[in-house]
Amino acid sequence: MLDDIDRRLLRHLQADPGQPMGALAEAARLPLASAYKRLEKLQTSGVLRGQRAVINWRALGYEVEVSLRITLDKTNPRAFDEFLAAARDVPEVIEIQTFLGRVDARLKVIARNLKEYQQIYRDRILNLPHIADIEALMQVATIKNSVSLPL
Amino acid sequence: MIELDGTDHGILRALSRDATLKASEVGRRVGLSQPATWRRIKRLTDAGVIAGRRLDLDAAALGFGVTVFLGVKLATKSRVSLEDFERAISAIPEVQTVELVLGLYDYRLRVVARDLADFERVLRRRIMTLPSVGNVEANVLLSEEQRPGPLG
Repeated sequence: MLDDIDRRLLRHLQADPGQPMGALAEAARLPLASAYKRLEKLQTSGVLRGQRAVINWRALGYEVEVSLRITLDKTNPRAFDEFLAAARDVPEVIEIQTFLGRVDARLKVIARNLKEYQQIYRDRILNLPHIADIEALMQVATIKNSVSLPL
Repeated sequence: MIELDGTDHGILRALSRDATLKASEVGRRVGLSQPATWRRIKRLTDAGVIAGRRLDLDAAALGFGVTVFLGVKLATKSRVSLEDFERAISAIPEVQTVELVLGLYDYRLRVVARDLADFERVLRRRIMTLPSVGNVEANVLLSEEQRPGPLG
């Protein structure tokens, strides 16, 4: 299982994922060979699933980001699956989450401007199946964004 | 603003799935040479389109079994209370993201915890004790997926 050294290695990797192996091993105070070995083990065991490039949509002209909090009509047992499958087909949906709580699902939708957003909302979102209610939160600013785990 | 073509979209799609791919491998997928691909990746990075990398970790395997989204409404609203709240909330390690939003809530927080008891401890001792916190709504995350987005 995971020990403190694995956590330390992941903590340093998480802080700077692109860093060369040598720098990572040194930061985690490990010999290079054992840093390699531990990282490989974390990958094969599925703890470290991979590294993804983060795309800054604003730099591509997507100025609008809206969180749509959706309540589904749960009288239909297929509601979740059919809703999620249809939401995956909307390119402007960049994140899909499901919840236990007051809302069932949340879609993060991006658009170049409000006019385009309105069009996506009307033509694509409102046509998704089994929606009982939608609430929109418009994102104004990100104060903190560390997808990091407090390892 | 930077203009992208279909090849750039292909590069972004490949790297958003696996950021550790070498330029030669990315190039093979989009039909470009290694140097040409490298130049495009550099251009995308310099323009801020590629904003870094993030690890995709199995949070549960690392002992973080619960992720909760909190909608927080502030009880008092003034410039000082917003700044104080933002500073205090950002300092809590379990609070991963803090977003200022327009709508039903003032802030949207992503909180990670070991289990529900641990989450309750963070909520009661660290978050609810902040002076300006008013109404709070919690939703426990069940599943999450990142989509490739509008790339061609």
